[in-house]
Amino acid sequence: MGELHEKYLRMNKMPHIWCAGCGNGIIMGAFITAIDRLGYDKDEVAAVSGIGCSGRITGYLDFNTIHTTHGRALAFATGIKLTKPRLKVFVFMGDGDAVAIGGNHLIHACRRNLDMTAVIFNNHIYGMTGGQFSPTTFKNKSATTAPYGTTDPDFDIAQLCIGAGATYVARGTSYHARLLTDLIVKGAEHPGFSVIEVITHCPVNFGRRNNFESPAQMLLWQKEHGVAARKAKAMPLEDMEGKFTIGELYRSTEIPEYLEEYGRVIQAANEEKQP
Amino acid sequence: MGKKRFNVTVDRTICKACGICVAFCPMSVFTTDHDDKAVVSAPERCTGCRQCELLCPDFCITVVQVEETADG
Amino acid sequence: MAEAKLLSGNDACVQGALAAGVRFFAGYPITPSTEIANAFARELPGRGGIFMQMEDEIASMGAIIGASCTGTKAVTATSGPGFSLMQENIGYAAVAEIPCVIINVMRYGPSTGLPTSPSQGDFMQTRWGPHGDHPVIVIAPYTAREAYRETGRAVNLSERYRVPVIVLMDEILGHLRERVEFRDEDLVQEINRKGPDPDSTFLPYEYTEDGVPPFANFGTGYRYHITGLIHDETGFPTNNPVEVDRIMRRVNEKIELHRRDIARTQFVEVDDADILVVAFGSVARSAHEAVRTLRQEGKAVGMVRPVTVWPFPDEDIRKAAAGKKAVIVPEMNLGQMVREVERVVAGTVPVHALNRIDGLLITPQEMRDLIEDIQ
Repeated sequence: MGELHEKYLRMNKMPHIWCAGCGNGIIMGAFITAIDRLGYDKDEVAAVSGIGCSGRITGYLDFNTIHTTHGRALAFATGIKLTKPRLKVFVFMGDGDAVAIGGNHLIHACRRNLDMTAVIFNNHIYGMTGGQFSPTTFKNKSATTAPYGTTDPDFDIAQLCIGAGATYVARGTSYHARLLTDLIVKGAEHPGFSVIEVITHCPVNFGRRNNFESPAQMLLWQKEHGVAARKAKAMPLEDMEGKFTIGELYRSTEIPEYLEEYGRVIQAANEEKQP
Repeated sequence: MGKKRFNVTVDRTICKACGICVAFCPMSVFTTDHDDKAVVSAPERCTGCRQCELLCPDFCITVVQVEETADG
Repeated sequence: MAEAKLLSGNDACVQGALAAGVRFFAGYPITPSTEIANAFARELPGRGGIFMQMEDEIASMGAIIGASCTGTKAVTATSGPGFSLMQENIGYAAVAEIPCVIINVMRYGPSTGLPTSPSQGDFMQTRWGPHGDHPVIVIAPYTAREAYRETGRAVNLSERYRVPVIVLMDEILGHLRERVEFRDEDLVQEINRKGPDPDSTFLPYEYTEDGVPPFANFGTGYRYHITGLIHDETGFPTNNPVEVDRIMRRVNEKIELHRRDIARTQFVEVDDADILVVAFGSVARSAHEAVRTLRQEGKAVGMVRPVTVWPFPDEDIRKAAAGKKAVIVPEMNLGQMVREVERVVAGTVPVHALNRIDGLLITPQEMRDLIEDIQ
């Protein structure tokens, strides 16, 4: 471990609990690299997480950290940000956490545009409970709750967030770790609600059941299936079949940030108080 | 100017033997030992791309550029 | 003070909370608590506070816990269906020891039930709603004046003991408007949570003499971890049976340790009474009236009213009931508090339940009828 880890991680909690080859560690590394680049004071960062493997990240990060309930991280984060706006708030969720049990909170956070950054670890499976299919598991995959293959169509998290009104949406992967750092930096700098979906891998509870021989093979899959958004635009649709775009997918500065807008409410309330 | 040299180390105590560094090092710097943990077998080949550092989920790899002395 | 106002119970809760320093409200519309949200929406922005309408009650409960982490006094308000949704996060606040206040304006249930009819069906749920053993304080006012004062006290107790406090109202109390004359004793004093001692190492869940660890607000330079996993005094998860047992006993026992400060019970003509009525909330208004008129007729009837309903005032009830001919427990449910009363008097005095579940308040006459039957 290097200086960066010593600066931003709770070293007495290392090694982390994630399985051999798990993408979560890679994402955590990319995240602290982003924080270092952003130059935030550690006391001024709040990291909020939900429940599941991804939720454990807050135990390792040396900030103001809170590991909340399943699916509700964004609700807790909303209370934190609204009452101490100077804190830089990052919210970590898994795919089940963010779009199954927490789906309602996610779309409303997108709609409100409060200045926070959500990092969604999408490994297409419920890992901690032992490999049940999630809303992002692709069709015809094997899971402990789909022994005959999954039948449910899957959610595209990034598109869902764009549709719900998030003003910065990007997708990275754990393989493209440098890109991921860039995207987190840009998301954090964006004044409004930003979402970084991270396509990652669960070698134990997804990979082993779905013909991936190793964590490396799963990273290779990300490398081969992630297509830079700019490049994808120029590609024929059929060439994108089974692939996904990575990079910055959407950005808008037209919608005001929530607290800025709330300032109008405060102003109106204060004016009414004047005799 | 000579070729840049790098010191690559693996913290064996925290390596979980996932094999990612071995698979992704473009210069085949790593091999594995009897526990499948990463071993730096050919450090002289390292070009400092840091792919191993970035992709190691357990932060057990460090790549440090070796300071060149004045007389090379 | 002696200032008179026409206030509904719901409005009085809001005024009491504001007086105690509440500056954050998150909620979701639901009858019959909605007026509380409406009033906070009007009042908070001009006082440096924030009103937030969330997407549901689960989010509302999460948001007030988040707000409390930064040191902001935070409240939510709801009714049965919403209160059920809040339970997981209330359990979180209990085990992570985050101060917060939940106003539950009870309506008839279960399920959608009778949205505009009163009930006392949540008495047990307020105590045992979240899974697992957990501490909680529940306060049940019975007038608008008391709703003001007790909501203020609820905020203070949550800050002092780092525990979720539930203000248990009902539809009648929430919607009735009455003239409230505030006196000096109604003045709400602001109490703030204890912070870390700057001269010693901060332990987020330290074992202190009073059983309440200091709370470091987010963004004040103490970087630590809060989790709903069972944790040790450092705040990080533990499976160690010794540590688990130790912290969970402290978390639960801190309420008992401070029972004297938390408890509040009203006694009305108890000493020479033959028959004792034990009632809370709006039903206690009827009980009070029954006692008053029966006394005028020379009948020895008294009332005990738990204001703090949880922890249940075992000793107060036991002492008040001692030697009485009978105890009557009227409730707008099928018998919840009566189980506590029976437990406490333990067969020494006959206990009669008087239950009504048709969506209407138990009248003074019904109580008089039962009392006359017993006599």
